[in-house]
Amino acid sequence: MKRWVPLVAFLILVGFFAKGLFLNPREVPSPLIDRPAPAFELPLVGNDAASFSPADMRGKVWLLNVWAPWCVSCRQEHPVLMQIAQSGRVSIVGLNWKDRDREAAMLLARSGSPYLAVAEDLDGRVGIDYGVTGTPETYVIDREGFVRMKHIGPISPDVWKQKFEPKLKELGA
Amino acid sequence: MKSRHKKLALIVVVLAGLGIAAALVLNAFQSNLVFFFSPTQVANGEAPIERAFRIGGLVEEGSIQRQSDGLSVHFVVTDTARTIPVIYTGILPDLFKEGKGVVAEGRLGGDGVFTATQVLAKHDENYMPPEAAHAVEQAQKAQQTVVE
Amino acid sequence: MIPELGHFALILALLLALVQSVLPLVGAQRGNRTLMAVARPATQGQFVFVALAFGCLAWSFLANDFSVLNVARNSYSRLPEVYRLTATWGSHEGSLLMWVLILGFWSSAVAIFSRHLPEDMVARVLGIMGLISVGFLAFLLTTSNPFERLVPAAPDGNDLNPLLQDWGMILHPPMLYMGYVGFAVAFAFAIAALLSGKLDAAWARWSRPWTTVAWAFLTLGIVLGSWWAYRELGWGGWWFWDPTENASFMPWIAGTALIHSLAVTEKRGAFKAWTVLLALTAFSLSLLGTFLVRSGVLSSVHAFATDPARGAFILGFLAVVIGGSLVLYAWRAPKMITGGGFSWFSRESLLLANNVILIAALGAVLLGTLYPLFMDAMGLGKISVGPPYFNAVFVPLMAPALFLMGVGPLVRWKEGSLPDAWTRLKWALGVAVVAAVLLPLTLDGFKPWASLGFFLAVWITLAVAVAFRDRLRHGGGSVAHRLGTLPRGFWGMQLAHFGMAVGIAGIAVVANYESERDVRMDVGSYAELAGYTFTFHGASEREGPNYRAARGTLEVTRNGKHVATLHPEKRLYNASGMAMTEAAVHPNLFRDIYVAMGEQLDEQGAWSVRLFHKPFINWLWLGAVFMVVGGFLAASDRRYRIALRRSELPRGLAAQGAGA
Repeated sequence: MKRWVPLVAFLILVGFFAKGLFLNPREVPSPLIDRPAPAFELPLVGNDAASFSPADMRGKVWLLNVWAPWCVSCRQEHPVLMQIAQSGRVSIVGLNWKDRDREAAMLLARSGSPYLAVAEDLDGRVGIDYGVTGTPETYVIDREGFVRMKHIGPISPDVWKQKFEPKLKELGA
Repeated sequence: MKSRHKKLALIVVVLAGLGIAAALVLNAFQSNLVFFFSPTQVANGEAPIERAFRIGGLVEEGSIQRQSDGLSVHFVVTDTARTIPVIYTGILPDLFKEGKGVVAEGRLGGDGVFTATQVLAKHDENYMPPEAAHAVEQAQKAQQTVVE
Repeated sequence: MIPELGHFALILALLLALVQSVLPLVGAQRGNRTLMAVARPATQGQFVFVALAFGCLAWSFLANDFSVLNVARNSYSRLPEVYRLTATWGSHEGSLLMWVLILGFWSSAVAIFSRHLPEDMVARVLGIMGLISVGFLAFLLTTSNPFERLVPAAPDGNDLNPLLQDWGMILHPPMLYMGYVGFAVAFAFAIAALLSGKLDAAWARWSRPWTTVAWAFLTLGIVLGSWWAYRELGWGGWWFWDPTENASFMPWIAGTALIHSLAVTEKRGAFKAWTVLLALTAFSLSLLGTFLVRSGVLSSVHAFATDPARGAFILGFLAVVIGGSLVLYAWRAPKMITGGGFSWFSRESLLLANNVILIAALGAVLLGTLYPLFMDAMGLGKISVGPPYFNAVFVPLMAPALFLMGVGPLVRWKEGSLPDAWTRLKWALGVAVVAAVLLPLTLDGFKPWASLGFFLAVWITLAVAVAFRDRLRHGGGSVAHRLGTLPRGFWGMQLAHFGMAVGIAGIAVVANYESERDVRMDVGSYAELAGYTFTFHGASEREGPNYRAARGTLEVTRNGKHVATLHPEKRLYNASGMAMTEAAVHPNLFRDIYVAMGEQLDEQGAWSVRLFHKPFINWLWLGAVFMVVGGFLAASDRRYRIALRRSELPRGLAAQGAGA
């Protein structure tokens, strides 16, 4: 029976790998889900005098999209966000994360802005409150200001259809 | 040698070899596994005092202080809930920055200061060491339970 | 247009790979010569299309086509041209495409150099390699398309990771993959033998040179990686027992066991089942390495490079390929009749001991690498297994194997004589023991591990010398003439063993006698290390093509005499904003002086600087070069070409002819 030993050993290994694969720490559901979105008050990109706070969005379902001008994945999701904004389906607020070179305003002027407003999180402190580990990340926040979903990585049309649409319907947006 | 004897000798040799290997592995495992603790766990006294372990989290903004000898550095590691002061002597990795993820290996002193022998910040702009991310995530979960 | 052409070429390559695998395998099973004959042209065609796709990707990088996502992520308009080209395989997608390209290369090589093999064997081997191609091409096309467009195009790229902008890293992946994928040939031969049920020693003879070449490439790849880490990471370390390193080291250990076990199977017909299992293991570990590195299971890792879909695909593929081959093995293994008995002291028994030790060491490395994953999967907490574990297990395990390395080649097959070996080796043993005691004293004091290293290095070197003396004692002509008549297989083996001795000596010295200092250096101040004086003349700004650098100037003197002027740099890359330490090294055969910049400490221009003295480090690379050259020499032995022709004779005759 020893000829089966290698196979059995390998199958046990595969079991662990399968478990490990879906153990990705990045995929752990955010602890913020179904909690109030952390409050903040940040100046707007391109207009330091004005500011944005999640409280301004009370009564609306909205998306908080964490992005940065230096992030290529964000550029990839940009056209998808543009379409969503043009359809008027839901408002998107940008959180411009750690933009050392202050390039956001220029970039948005050039390629168009899908955002209702873009808050400037220069030192990344708000990002820490939200548990941002990289860009882009998108939070779905409901009428009462509770975080209902978090998506890590760029939004593709498929992701939008399969992940966001059902959630938005459920929240009545 | 008869084939039966030969087979027996072979098996004995193989088993002896594997036995030695297993003994070495167990022995080395016992003394060389490095456990990982988050600042919250350290603050709760879950981390050992005698043993070296790893901590992970974010380098707190504004906490990096160079000492006058130029090579000792004090900084604070936080998981957003609790913090732990760290001393390290030596040259920090290229990507060690305030507000960024970091993992440090070393020992905890009686005064609650963590003396690091090694500081790891192997990541790029978009990446946080998984252990650091884990610590921050755990702390946020815990905080929210407290709030309730 | 060009990227779409590349994408299309990949799809065609996948179709051809399907043809290459299905038709010949069916043909071989049914004895249909027409179907079997499809194997060669389909293989060549697949290779051509994969090469075309690779060319298209390389073109996109060279032309700075930032409308391709892969290019935008991994290149930059101001990146020097040579790095733009090598960025082709700097990304996940690109490196997988290179994997497939190299698999195509090996398959074509088998198609060309297999004219002397039976038709059904060729059909099966190429068919199996085709199946592996199908898996990887499908993976590329479904989860990792390297030609994906970015709309709108990025104005500029994100830059290649600065760590990858180095010669060592340019050559490391191709060489490593030549090794990984080369084991696919041995794997395919083993599976073909299992499928056909003809489990004689012939397949061992056929796959032996292929395996040796793959092993040599893998050795080269691992060493290049180590050399790169040494120079580029700025920490002066050359081996970290990091999961990605272990992922390449485990197939190497299995491959080393395999080339030794193949020798026994080819010459004596023994260990057949074991050798087949090792051939499956070596390639399985190569796949496992790809899985571990590419899925991010272990290092849980670079943002968005980890995509569970990718990991799941590779894991599924792994399960099918390895699981399938192990089922086939379990089914066919009882048919393998082990031939040729041998005594307890013979070359067979010594090679068996070598294999047992290597596999135990492999198990220890595998356990250490995967243990954090097990713990995490069982919810037992997060741990890491560091270098101390691996050193504590690996070194004592390997020492006996290295000792046997000196004895093995001097003992006869089947029935060796211990008294005879003793007579021939007692002087070598005596000299090695004396060297072990005295050599450490010439350095910086006696250290037991260094002493063990010296013992093994001197022992192996002397055993190689004894082997040459014995071989040269007989026969006519001058010594030079007799040296020339020694077979290349003999030269290759001895050279590789000698290379191991040189490498061990290097490791023994550098691991035990290196010195290092982190110092604060004001302009004009000096520091001492290992008898050298380092004077810091300050740092100045320098513009690179895609970075800005602070370039330090340090003068190194010894006893007042000038040794070298070193210019380490601290670079800040424009596009990615990443800082990078570029160490400066002054090498010679007996030591490296290695200097790395830390950071600027004050306005007066003081810097923290890391100084290293690395004695004998270059022996490590030198030893590895000997091993690689030895591998290629052994694989080019005339015997294999003759053996190929003999394989056309009836099996009995071939077996007799191969005994040497």
